[in-house]
Amino acid sequence: MQLPDAEKLAQAMTQQIEPLLGENSVLVGMHTGGVWLAEKIHALLGREIPLGTLDVSFYRDDFSQSGLHAEVAPSDIPFDVTGRDIILVDDVLYTGRSVRAAMNELFDYGRPASIILAVLVDRGGRELPIAAQVTGAVLELAPDQNIQLNRDPQGQLALSLRQTTV
Amino acid sequence: MKIHIRGGRLIDPKNKIDAHQDIFIAAGKILAIGEAPGDFHAARVIDANGLVVCPGLIDLSARLREPGLEYMATLESEMHAAVAGGVTSLVCPPDTDPPLDEPGLVEMLRHRAKNLHQARVFPLGALTQKLEGQRLTEMAELHDAGCIAFSQADAPLTDSNVLLRAMQYASTFGFTVWLRPQDSFLARDGVAHDGEVASRLGLAGIPACAESIAIARILLLMKEVGAKVHLCRLSTRDGVDMVREAKRQGLPVTCDIGVHHAHLSEMDIGYFNSNCHVIPPFRSLRDRDALREGLKDGTIDAICSDHAPVDDDAKLLPFAESEAGVTGLELLLPLTLKWASEMGVELPVAIARLTTEPARVLGLNKGVLAPGLNADLCIFNPDEYWKVTPRALKSQGNNTPFQNTELAGKVRYTLVEGHVVYES
Amino acid sequence: MAFLSRNPQLNQHGELQHLLTIEGLNAGMLRHILDTAESFVSVSEREVKKIPLLRGKSIFNLFFEPSTRTRTTFEIAAKRLSADVINLNINASSQSKGETVLDTVDNLAAMQADMFIVRHAQSGAAHFIAGHVSPHIHVVNAGDGRHAHPTQGLLDMYTIRHFKQEFHNLRVAIVGDVLHSRVARSQIHALTTLGVPEVRVIAPKTLLPAQVERLGVQVYHDMAQGLKDVDVVIMLRLQNERMRGALLPSAQEYFKSYGLTQDKLALAKPDAIVMHPGPMNRGVEIDSDVADGTQSVILPQVTFGIAVRMAVMSILAGSKQ
Repeated sequence: MQLPDAEKLAQAMTQQIEPLLGENSVLVGMHTGGVWLAEKIHALLGREIPLGTLDVSFYRDDFSQSGLHAEVAPSDIPFDVTGRDIILVDDVLYTGRSVRAAMNELFDYGRPASIILAVLVDRGGRELPIAAQVTGAVLELAPDQNIQLNRDPQGQLALSLRQTTV
Repeated sequence: MKIHIRGGRLIDPKNKIDAHQDIFIAAGKILAIGEAPGDFHAARVIDANGLVVCPGLIDLSARLREPGLEYMATLESEMHAAVAGGVTSLVCPPDTDPPLDEPGLVEMLRHRAKNLHQARVFPLGALTQKLEGQRLTEMAELHDAGCIAFSQADAPLTDSNVLLRAMQYASTFGFTVWLRPQDSFLARDGVAHDGEVASRLGLAGIPACAESIAIARILLLMKEVGAKVHLCRLSTRDGVDMVREAKRQGLPVTCDIGVHHAHLSEMDIGYFNSNCHVIPPFRSLRDRDALREGLKDGTIDAICSDHAPVDDDAKLLPFAESEAGVTGLELLLPLTLKWASEMGVELPVAIARLTTEPARVLGLNKGVLAPGLNADLCIFNPDEYWKVTPRALKSQGNNTPFQNTELAGKVRYTLVEGHVVYES
Repeated sequence: MAFLSRNPQLNQHGELQHLLTIEGLNAGMLRHILDTAESFVSVSEREVKKIPLLRGKSIFNLFFEPSTRTRTTFEIAAKRLSADVINLNINASSQSKGETVLDTVDNLAAMQADMFIVRHAQSGAAHFIAGHVSPHIHVVNAGDGRHAHPTQGLLDMYTIRHFKQEFHNLRVAIVGDVLHSRVARSQIHALTTLGVPEVRVIAPKTLLPAQVERLGVQVYHDMAQGLKDVDVVIMLRLQNERMRGALLPSAQEYFKSYGLTQDKLALAKPDAIVMHPGPMNRGVEIDSDVADGTQSVILPQVTFGIAVRMAVMSILAGSKQ
């Protein structure tokens, strides 16, 4: 299967995001791929806009099945969330559970004015009523396929596909 | 009943016999060894092929928990455990409740034990009243009631003047004083050997010098008084060295160790295993090796079970709060055989530590096989393995770190005064 | 003879099931706890200082020995994780009336407990309880006798890493009553496991356990020598009852020889930090000038303590059954 070029998708997303920005807008990337993507978009936008990161490990709904993530990174929200227009950035939108966790976590920081979801790839398979406002690409994937964003040492983003044993 | 024990390997350390010979028993006595007397018609023939036939074991310390401590174990259960372990004579310490400091208590205990028709019981009388270390007991009376010697058990005797007088008084009548050497101030609150493991686990320690200082005091008093002393349950290298030197000087001192101490060290406490809570504590590997050596060279005269059955609840507590002690009667023989095979000690020498030698400590004409003597015998398979489990043990106490371990040495028959009191 | 027994803190997948002692945990496990704690520190700085991780779980603070401070930090940590916290102070006298530790624990387990935080005056009590609870229950040792106080040891490591970044280039001195200190034992195991090349203990001989050097420490009896060029000074609390009797003649003499003053601290590296597990005896083991001085990190220790305890509870609660 031919995967789209992640760099090009990021550029396209940046163009979609640009008109949505207001003076209260902030970017928040979700660990780990979403943080890379948010950093990329932040650079492409080329303007002063606050950037935060979220690790939703503490808000996941599968804790009682699979325990705490092996590597938990601190969430870093270096601004007051209350009254902000948040652009929440993630690499892959699948079941919607991570986005649910991220929104819950954001509300523990304060009361945002609005949240827009921006994702690189929407692969379908939603289990919650969640939709992205900004999407790089829509891909049809089988449940045993796992799409993932990678970043090379030069900072170039690329998508990769793996078969998983379910 | 006339019994013919046929085809066994007869080991009698005292008479230096180690040969395949038959034994003929009649009227509770050994009638003949080797050839059958002319008119002998056995009512029972015991096939001892592949088995060792030796004098019944003599255990220098087994707590039967009566009177007063029946919640831990009963005379019935522990006397049964004794014969299941091949023990035909045992010495019980006076730290019952109340302590054995009155002739009536001793007579009652002996009477109860005798009626069970199992092992012979030789009580130690209390050296001081209520074991409080202050006033002497009526030793002559107690001796007449059946006490074989006098002891403080594990109770402290801090006043050196009382100890001196007790030794003088006992020696007046030729009684031996049995003492477990431990300085009670140095040992205060301690529950483990004061070394690496106790430091790591944060357990209060009993330093090795608690034993050697007490031995020094006893040996110096012996020189002063001329009393006979038996030192119970040595645990340290220094202790063994001091006894070796005292014996070289000709002091009338004997000593024993508990059989668990020939194998275990402080390391075996592991993660607070309360079955390793014993007094004296399991000490360093260096100490344990000195005990194994001392037992081999004869510095240590005898090996005993130091049997102390404890009910399960009393071990189900944090280490320091758990009751000290191990069950031992049924482990005495296999653990002695284990020591012997690991140390390259011949079987007759190992058996001597359980028969001839403890008999000598007690001054009894026992632990020997000869025509005319009581037929107290232990018949065992030295090569048969069995697994230590609560089911396998007859003792009410399950408290031993050897639970679930396979040990070689299985008692097949135990005879007391010509009666088969145990067979498996 | 050696009876092999499985490390009772780990489940069959090698994950932490209980936290009973630092001993036997590898550097990776300790770092994982510290890293996780770092994420929880940021939680404590938010508007809502609470996360839903342990919602619906029941955590019992089982204190057989009173300690308001430690109990409070565990309680705050558990509440920030959204767990239900039940505090039980079981006083020793009512305990001795026949009800054993196990009776108490069985009773509470029947109330659907998920985790026990245990404080007990006997060394090994937490191991003992962990060995007898049903497999879905986690046990955290909050101090057992003289044996271990692993969360305190971990928060001390967190504090050291926070201020010194690395462990492999440090010289750490632990000063005071090591003999009776569960804190010191946990610190020593943690420091040596994390690769601190030089751990010193400084104390009079009466306050050191037998063969303490076997724990991997260097022994000093003189503060001037022991504090020379150290990066971290950890002071231990001296219990009142030790101050007169056969261990020490008086608090005054102890302070003179082993109390930490600015003069003595000047022998350590200029950027050395001073730690104390609390509660402090000012003027006995530490001078107020030092306790409140610029090199003291005693208050950050308390803050980090909550994050470290949150990390421990989350990791245990998330281990497979």
